[in-house]
Amino acid sequence: MARAVTTQRKALNTAIAWAIGLLIFFPILWTILTSFKTEAQAIADPPVFLFFDWTLENYAVVQERSNYMRFLWNSVFIAGGSTILGIIIAVPAAWSMAFVPSKRTKDILLWMLSTKMLPAVGVLYPIYLIFIKLGILDSRLGLTVVLMLINLPIIVWMLYTYFKEIPGEILEAARMDGASLRNEILYVLTPMAIPGIASTLLLNFILAWNEAFWTLNLTAAQAAPLTAFIASYSSPEGLFFAKLSAASTMAIAPILILGWFSQKQLVRGLTFGAVK
Amino acid sequence: MGRIQLNQVQKKFGDVEVIPPLDLEINDGEFVVFVGPSGCGKSTLLRLIAGLEDTTAGHIEIDGDDATMLPPAKRGLAMVFQSYALYPHMSVRKNIAFPMRMAKIPQEEQDRRISSAAKALNLTDYLDRRPGQLSGGQRQRVAIGRAIVREPAAFLFDEPLSNLDAALRVGMRMEISELHKKLATTMVYVTHDQVEAMTMADKIVVLHAGVIEQVGSPLELYRNPRNLFVAGFIGSPKMNFVEGPEAAKHDAQTIGIRPEHIDVSTTEGTWQGTVGVAEHLGSDTFIHIHGIPGCDPMTVRASGEMSVVHGDTVYLTPRADQIHRFDAQGLRIG
Repeated sequence: MARAVTTQRKALNTAIAWAIGLLIFFPILWTILTSFKTEAQAIADPPVFLFFDWTLENYAVVQERSNYMRFLWNSVFIAGGSTILGIIIAVPAAWSMAFVPSKRTKDILLWMLSTKMLPAVGVLYPIYLIFIKLGILDSRLGLTVVLMLINLPIIVWMLYTYFKEIPGEILEAARMDGASLRNEILYVLTPMAIPGIASTLLLNFILAWNEAFWTLNLTAAQAAPLTAFIASYSSPEGLFFAKLSAASTMAIAPILILGWFSQKQLVRGLTFGAVK
Repeated sequence: MGRIQLNQVQKKFGDVEVIPPLDLEINDGEFVVFVGPSGCGKSTLLRLIAGLEDTTAGHIEIDGDDATMLPPAKRGLAMVFQSYALYPHMSVRKNIAFPMRMAKIPQEEQDRRISSAAKALNLTDYLDRRPGQLSGGQRQRVAIGRAIVREPAAFLFDEPLSNLDAALRVGMRMEISELHKKLATTMVYVTHDQVEAMTMADKIVVLHAGVIEQVGSPLELYRNPRNLFVAGFIGSPKMNFVEGPEAAKHDAQTIGIRPEHIDVSTTEGTWQGTVGVAEHLGSDTFIHIHGIPGCDPMTVRASGEMSVVHGDTVYLTPRADQIHRFDAQGLRIG
């Protein structure tokens, strides 16, 4: 009897989980479906779901009209660059916070995180002016640095929680064994924290990839990544839904595939080291 | 060489003084054991010697050179940790090689030292395994191997056996003692287990609340404990303390008699008492006796043949030449 109840419950839970999953996934699914419709079908009322004439025309038009590869390369450069740069800065920072904490360490961590609560638009004006003065507006390098700074608090937090799980005695052993600080981080800490560092890399790559506010405001033609590519197809009149969907699908495809193959790491990353 | 000297070494954590200024000398080749209850500062003292903690005041000399400000790696000491602290992502071979790799020792020399350490520690078959695939005892051997290959001036052991089960602990205890005889290198060993201290040490340092209570050979401490703390800490089962009129008869505030220095009889003796619990170990019988004035219960070590049970009346006679006398401050008299 008990077993029957458990099975029923399981089935119910599974159904609820699927329902929530589909609800979350639906906008993405709808975007993908719309990208294969004609512009007329895309705005048809009532909407057509699966039974329409599937066409690749939108993809052809989008490809023809804009250079997808250039946007893709910009996205890869900016997301990858900002993540790697962030890791290089965050590893020593997280090391010191995890292993030689001061009285203020917790406060600093909280303060860093609090910068994420600031509305980005609040600092748009000064950053925009700095970019103009430095002549790095619409440059990949400038955007890389900004996105790195935006995500740095999260990178430091994540690495900090992973490093906290590493027993301090192992690092002390390395010190006794003659390892310099650099060697200690390079040969002992980093290899032991690889799973944590990998999920941090992944999550931040995705965050940087999806970042739209700064990429739209600080780029024009040169450094524009895929977010700008999508935006270029949105028009207030809503005339190009199908093409916008095709552009969106092309923009999210790489990250969707990356996410699919690294689900395990991502879950670990998103739970911030709470799950061992 | 491995002579370590502490001069007025003091350690504070914030405002809390865990080790008041102390002096200590550890001679070359000695096996010195720091022993004391948990929280007595023995591990902190070891970490000060290792350089893992900074001294608040005082000087640490290693082989005559001031090492107070030197980083751990520059002190020429090797440490074995309670948790083994092996590098989980490296094979046993790489774990043992790590300190030599850091010291940039040539590969052939590394291989030679690894194989000789592995042979000495019975690790030859496990060199390519990861620490996670080894038992506790094997892990501890790897940690010792990693220490040996550095050819340090002294070995520091921080409660290395406390994570092992009882049987393994006895075995490892002997292995470490044998290693000391073979290498003749200074070893400083921290433990809270007085049996380990008694069996392994050339010299025991008894610590209590950061203060050195007594330094001496195991038998010196056993025979002539300087105060009540040392008397109670060294020896197993622990010394019986008798206060009141019985102590006054010996012109002392407290007298101490070890369980093995009391004769027990079912017919006659100085004190009369009732058996509470009798623990039959086969070789010995430990009897806990109630009703002795000034000491309750009193523990007595009798021969294994002694058969008494709960409620029996027994008579106890302390051996006159084995009575330790202490004054009101708890210090030894005479």
